[in-house]
Amino acid sequence: MATVTTPAPPGTPPGGAVAVRARRRRYSVLTGFDKLTLALMVGIPTLLCLGFIWFPTVLSIGLSFTNWQGYTPIAAKNFVGFANYINLFTSYPFFWPAVWHNVLWLLTFVFIATPLGIFFAVLLDREMRGARIYQSALFVPVVLSLALIGFIWQLQYTPDGFINNVLGRTGDDAIDWLGNPSINIFSVLVAASWRHVGYIMVLYLAGLKSVDPTLREAAALDGANARQTFLRVVFPVMRPINIVVIVVTVIESLRAFDIVYIINQGKNGLELLSVLIVNTSIGEAQLLGFGSAIAVVLLVISIVPIVIFLTRTMRAEADVS
Amino acid sequence: MAERDDPISPDPQRGLPVLSRRDVLKGLALAGGVAAGGAILAACGGGSTPSPSAAASPSPGASAPASQAASASPSLGGTLHIGSYHTDPGEPEGQKAVDAAYTQATGVTVAENIVDHSTFQNQISNYLGAQPDTAYTWFSGFRMRFFADKGFTVPIDDLWATVKDNFSEGFQQAVVGNDGKVYGIPVDYYPWAVFYRKSVFADKGYTVPATWDDLKTLCQNMQTDGLTPIAFADQEGWPAMGTFDIINLRLNGYDFHVGLMAGDEKWTDPKVTAVFQKWAEILPYHAKDYAGKKWTDAATTLLNKTSGMFLLGLFMSSVFQATNNPDDINDLDFFPYPTFGTQYDAEAALDAPIDTWQIAAHSPNLDAETDAAKAYLEFWSKGSTQGIFFQHQPGFIPTAKDADTSSYSALQKKAVEVVGNAKRITQFLDRDTRSDFAGPQGMQGFLQTFLANPSQDLTSFQQTIQSFWDQLPPLT
Amino acid sequence: MTAVPMTSSATAAVGRSRPRLRWQRAALHAFLIAASALWLLPIAWTFYIAIRPISDTITNGYYSTPNALTLQNFVTAWNQAEMWRSFINTAIITIPAVIITLWVASMLGFVFSRYSFRANLLLLMMFTAGNLLPPQLIIIPLYRMYLALPLPRLLSDAGTWYDTYFGVIFINIVFQTGFCTFVLSNYMKTISRELTEAAIVDGASVWTTYRRVILPLARPALAALAVLEFTFIYNDFFWALILMSTNEKRPITSALNKLTGAFFTNYNVLAAAAFIVAVPTVVLYLILSKQFVRGLTLGSTKG
Repeated sequence: MATVTTPAPPGTPPGGAVAVRARRRRYSVLTGFDKLTLALMVGIPTLLCLGFIWFPTVLSIGLSFTNWQGYTPIAAKNFVGFANYINLFTSYPFFWPAVWHNVLWLLTFVFIATPLGIFFAVLLDREMRGARIYQSALFVPVVLSLALIGFIWQLQYTPDGFINNVLGRTGDDAIDWLGNPSINIFSVLVAASWRHVGYIMVLYLAGLKSVDPTLREAAALDGANARQTFLRVVFPVMRPINIVVIVVTVIESLRAFDIVYIINQGKNGLELLSVLIVNTSIGEAQLLGFGSAIAVVLLVISIVPIVIFLTRTMRAEADVS
Repeated sequence: MAERDDPISPDPQRGLPVLSRRDVLKGLALAGGVAAGGAILAACGGGSTPSPSAAASPSPGASAPASQAASASPSLGGTLHIGSYHTDPGEPEGQKAVDAAYTQATGVTVAENIVDHSTFQNQISNYLGAQPDTAYTWFSGFRMRFFADKGFTVPIDDLWATVKDNFSEGFQQAVVGNDGKVYGIPVDYYPWAVFYRKSVFADKGYTVPATWDDLKTLCQNMQTDGLTPIAFADQEGWPAMGTFDIINLRLNGYDFHVGLMAGDEKWTDPKVTAVFQKWAEILPYHAKDYAGKKWTDAATTLLNKTSGMFLLGLFMSSVFQATNNPDDINDLDFFPYPTFGTQYDAEAALDAPIDTWQIAAHSPNLDAETDAAKAYLEFWSKGSTQGIFFQHQPGFIPTAKDADTSSYSALQKKAVEVVGNAKRITQFLDRDTRSDFAGPQGMQGFLQTFLANPSQDLTSFQQTIQSFWDQLPPLT
Repeated sequence: MTAVPMTSSATAAVGRSRPRLRWQRAALHAFLIAASALWLLPIAWTFYIAIRPISDTITNGYYSTPNALTLQNFVTAWNQAEMWRSFINTAIITIPAVIITLWVASMLGFVFSRYSFRANLLLLMMFTAGNLLPPQLIIIPLYRMYLALPLPRLLSDAGTWYDTYFGVIFINIVFQTGFCTFVLSNYMKTISRELTEAAIVDGASVWTTYRRVILPLARPALAALAVLEFTFIYNDFFWALILMSTNEKRPITSALNKLTGAFFTNYNVLAAAAFIVAVPTVVLYLILSKQFVRGLTLGSTKG
């Protein structure tokens, strides 16, 4: 709404009974048509977002307390309380491995892939010939879909493929990178990190480039070397970027699905929470209630970084606006 | 049952499961009612009618608008809606040929809805529950009984009485429901057996093993000769079920196996332990890199003569057929799984998944089309009809006794013989048991964990399986 | 792919000007060259497999020097795997989705940046969070909804949202709107208020202000987002995999799932197919890398 401030008419003593005139008077410059336009502009997308994202989320929570399988209309007898959760945590043999794999994904991203991306960003944050080329080379995997990445790396990981040959492990000696349940998650993590590094690098690089150069010059004048400059001066200033990087890292690790699914449908060492949801509920198994329980677990885990990000961002927004 | 590479995608929905639509309406009403909500409320009255497809080209997939020819005179007339999952090369043509013959015999026009196999399979419960075609293809065994129990299938005892003599005992058993009534007509099958190359056996002087000990000796010999004795690939998860099935059948018999599949027997039973232990005995002779390979890779090792034997269904011959090399194609042979020296050897049981035709109880056209549907099923029970289909898809062998076997290849004739001699036929683990038990994070995953570590503590392993079964929702 | 919007940070970029010793520079370059080569290796190797005929690789294995090179694998992948059909599907899904997403997001961004009302922040949060959720979270109810919601026969063979282009386009729009709204909202905040106020004084309606004033000025952001969104939706694997069942309708990324079925042992054709799928987004990036990076990092400065 536009606000218009009318100055107090001349001759009016400030304050006092006539102070009401100095109050900001809002009047609408919006016609009825305008209001309708605004309502539609905001209203329809909002309703659709509510209806197709948040409503299903709530439904997922509700379904998780049932054992409904969709063969017959849902009825009271389908309500099972927390049974799904109890089964999930105590007897379902694929849940904890999936949780562990998700955690492993997160740890790998947080401690290896993201730092590597930051490292490359710092390296490339200088004037040098070919910076664009290096940047592009590292960034290309980011524009590929994770499914395609899984597909490409499968070709590398075959027992008679490139990697085994380079290591000299062929024939009987071949390492089954994707088939061996003890190592295949790591093989997949390499492929996923291959992409994640470039992504973080670009985000961080943009952030670095927008750091006020006077800060760096001041640090240089104070005699700080490169490492000190980065750690003491640049890094703290990059706080908003750092938050984004952390959130992106966490969310990407929770969303991992495509790469694992296309390799072997998420079995035999490649279980992930997202894949468990799909395998238990979509398709023949139709354990809709049970799958929803897994979805709720994923929701609870995902909500934490989302809320952190939102509160920080919105606070910044609120401060600015 | 061949390619299970996309088990999650359900098929074109052709009806509206009633209550979920109401749930959806409630939700949208809550959200404030938008144009979409209005449209839904407006459409609330009638359900969408089934969309039959006269598939002109053999492209699998969603139904196309129907082109209904005027039906000719004789006994029945009218239209029959059918649904089928036969979409592999050759099958749509076979379907058309059969339907044309049927139309000629009865005057009933057939409206086809052909959907790809895994899609059809994944969507079956939605399909049968709301507006299915009147006649449709489906599995026999547990999966058939499952839907029959839910009242989704129409019993056809009257029809069965007239045609049952055309089927061997094994096939007859396969279509009986839990209540003793018959729910489908068996039309084709393919056996699971151990495939090998005659030339390799001849070269190295191997003989077909008749007993378990023979098999182990043969494996040892093959290993010494530098072959991988047993080709194997289990990335998809289901191939391993074949081995489990056959060992269980040999050791513990058909009744125990079926009971185990149905949940009447426990997975913690020592009999099951025996199966895993036996399996562990020959695991060292399996291909080492099985976990990352698909069945087609394993079949290729058989083709390349790098492995000696391969337990799979008859459909694996397609890999040999694809070479277009008669030396390879004619070199393929199989033998039934060896005997174990138990009383159950006499059953000569094996996995031979059987496809059937059934009648859907919830078809919107049931009243009008029941007679036509029964005539259709009866038509399919004839050897001549099955033969028409078989000409287009030689991987699926007709079940009828009066089928003309003169054009069969040696391989197919042998398949007929082996299955004909079987007193008991099972459908393969994931057709014989609950779908939610058999899936990727079900038996597929369990067997994979066993294979990764066969010397693990079997008691707790079996207990895990049993616990998983126990916590599945009741089969109301 | 997650793209998380970043808050605006201020200034223009300026390179550093510290002198470096020559050998340090050289070492740096050497390292970066090695890293880049390593990074491009998987793609290069895929291409290498793709240009070799299968007869060659069967005899000599994959890790060998080529006896012959061929482009036949690409042709085979294109025709026999019917990739052309999948690319048409991708076009049908991606182009409308990008256009409508940007349109909706620009409207929302316009409203959020120009008009303050109580629910403003809350709604923005709701939209952004929606984009950050893993899609697997909502897929179960969404899948059932799609099976139940009706659609005119013109758009759907079976009368429901399931297995339709419309359905997949729709969910892509809903899911991507959050991110784009946030970006555009931030961007539009930097458009001077005086411009809009001048328009209002001239008697422009909300709609006209949006269309004639804001939208043209937002073009750089829209262009950047268009590139980005095209890539995101092109790369989407999940929605079309689950919400469609007919493989002939699936866009190229989701259709990958079935590709191995057709060419089980022919890695050369598979590699060629993979390469073909990678080409559009890589080429788009190489041509429009500036836009891409800008969109990703939500540059707050214009131009």
